[in-house]
Amino acid sequence: MGKLYDMLREDYRLREGLKTCINCGTCTAICPAAEFYRYDPRKIVDTVQRGNDDEIEALLKSDTIWYCGECMSCVTRCPRKNGAGLVIMALRNLSIKLGYFTESEKGRQVWPLTKALNYNVLNLGYCVHPSTFAHKDHPESGPVFEWVLAHKEDVYSRLGANYGGEGPGILRRIPQKDLDELKAIYDVTGGTERLEAVEKFSRMKAEEMGMSIEEYTEYTFEHCSKGHFNNEEQ
Amino acid sequence: MIYQGKQKIWSDYQKEIPDDHWFYVRSCIRQNFFPASEKYFLGICRDMLGKDIYETEHHTTCGGIAYHSDTIPQETAMTIVARQFALMTEAGYENLVASCITSFGNYTETLETWHEFPELEERIRENLWKACRREFKKPRYVAHASDLIYKFRGEIAARAKYQLVDRESGEPLRVVEHIGCHYSKMFPHKGVGGAEYPCVLSGMAEAWGGKVIDYPERRHCCGFGFRQYLVKANRGYSVSNTHKKFESMEPFHPDLIITNCPGCPYFLDRWQYVISEMTGKTYGENGYGIPVLTYEELAGLVLGIDPWDLGLQIHQVAVEPLLNKMGVPYDPETKYLGLDRKDIMKPGLPTFLKCC
Repeated sequence: MGKLYDMLREDYRLREGLKTCINCGTCTAICPAAEFYRYDPRKIVDTVQRGNDDEIEALLKSDTIWYCGECMSCVTRCPRKNGAGLVIMALRNLSIKLGYFTESEKGRQVWPLTKALNYNVLNLGYCVHPSTFAHKDHPESGPVFEWVLAHKEDVYSRLGANYGGEGPGILRRIPQKDLDELKAIYDVTGGTERLEAVEKFSRMKAEEMGMSIEEYTEYTFEHCSKGHFNNEEQ
Repeated sequence: MIYQGKQKIWSDYQKEIPDDHWFYVRSCIRQNFFPASEKYFLGICRDMLGKDIYETEHHTTCGGIAYHSDTIPQETAMTIVARQFALMTEAGYENLVASCITSFGNYTETLETWHEFPELEERIRENLWKACRREFKKPRYVAHASDLIYKFRGEIAARAKYQLVDRESGEPLRVVEHIGCHYSKMFPHKGVGGAEYPCVLSGMAEAWGGKVIDYPERRHCCGFGFRQYLVKANRGYSVSNTHKKFESMEPFHPDLIITNCPGCPYFLDRWQYVISEMTGKTYGENGYGIPVLTYEELAGLVLGIDPWDLGLQIHQVAVEPLLNKMGVPYDPETKYLGLDRKDIMKPGLPTFLKCC
C-alpha cells in the first residue's frame, strides 16, 4: 500500500466507509449521481481498495470524485456496511489538502463553495442567509423568492421571524461573541488552515488560467463543459 | 409488553421519543425558505401542548452544509457540534431536537463516530476547550423536529379543524411523502421506521385523514446534493433527480407532497417551476403543479391556522387547489401583504405554472 492510501486511512470516514468491499455494485445501482453523471462509486471504492498510489493520485485529480451528492443512499444499501459516500468525503478531503482539486473542472468548484459558505458561517453564523442569497445566482428560486428578497424585512417579520434582531428566534442576529467562538473553532481545528490552502491553490490556478480571482470565481461557479453526463456523446 | 411475530419486527423500527424537555436548534434552510414552519413547530409543541422546548440565541449553524460541501474538515464540523452540545449542557437539558435533517445527520454522525473512535471524542473535547473554554455532556437523545410532531400526531388529530379529505368526494387526499436522505439513510436505526419503512411522515398523513401513495421512486433523493445545487454549473444534477421523482409519482395523481427535510420542499417546489419553464410541462391538476408542504405547514392547516400565517404564499406552486379540496378558508386579498397589512406588491408570474 502506498503513501496516499496511508493518508486516506488516517481519515475516520474512510475507516468507517471502507471495510471489505465485494464489488457487487449495489452502491452504483442506488446512486442518484450515477443516474446522470459518468460516475460509478463501485469503481472508485475498488480503486481505493487496491491501494495503488498512481491510481489514487489520478482519482484525486479527476472530476469523478466531485460528482457525488453526499446523500448517502449507498450507505443504506451496501450489504457489507460500507459507505461509498464516506470514501468520497475522504478522497475530497485529501484532494483539497494536497492541492490536487484544482486539476479538474468540478474540483475547482471548491473555491466558490468555500468562499460563499464560510463567509456565511463566520460572519453571520448561518450556512445560508437571505442577505447573501442573490436572485441572479439563483433564478430557479422563482419570481416568488425574488419578491421575498426584495421585501426581506417585511416578509420575514410577517412570518414570525426576528430578522436581524437581538435574542432568540428565526434569522436573529447571532451575537459577535458567538461568531468569535466559531472563528476560534476554525483556528484550532484546521478550518482556517483549510480556507487559506483553498485560496492559495485557487489563486495559483487562476493565474495559470490567465484570470483574475474574480473572473475565476465566476467561471468556476457557472461554467459546465460538455462530457460530464451519461446522455452526452463521448 | 412482549412483542411477537410482526409486532416484534415492527417494534425494532420504533423510537422511544422522550415526551418533554428539549433543547432546540434551528435550521439554516428552514429559516430562509420556510420561516413560519419553525414558528409553528414551537407554537404547536410549546403553546398548544405545553411542552418545554428551550432555545438560546447563542446557538449557530451546525455547519452541516459547509461540511457536506467539503469546505470544512471533519474536526471543525464536530467541534461546532460539540459547542451546541455545550450550550445544551449549560442550559440543563439532555434531549436535543434539530429542525434540520442535515443537522440531525451531523449530530448523529458525530456521536456514532465518537462511539467507534473514543480518541476522536477526546480530541474534540480538547479542541472545544481551547477554542471556547466550554465543556459538554453528550445528549441522551437526539431527535429531528418531525419526530415530535409524529409523536404528537394523535393530539393534533384530536384538535383538527380540517382533515386531509376531499370535501366534495369524501375521499382521503393522496399524499406523497418524501422522507429526506439524511434522516433515514445514514443511520437507519435512528429514524422512525428505519430506512425500509420510514413512517414519520406517513404516520402524520394517515392520522390526519390522508392516504399515502407508494410509487417507484418514493425513496429517491430530491437532488439537493449540496455542491450539486449550490454551484450554478451543477444544477442539472439537482433538477434531473427531482424530474425523475415527478415522472414517477405523476401517474398516481398526488394531491400534495409532504416533506421532512427543510431543503426538499424547496427543491420539489422550485424545480416544478423550472421544469415548467424549460419544457412547458406542469404536474398536478389544471396546470397548477403539486403543492409541496413541510410537515409543520400541514399540521398547521389541519389545526386551522391561516395559510398566509403559515407562509404558504412564499411557495412557488400555488396551494389554493389543496386548500379548496380540504375546505380551508383563505382570503386572496391578504395573501401577499407584509407586516401590519402593508402593501408590498405581488410576485411576478411564471410562464406556464399557474398561480392564484
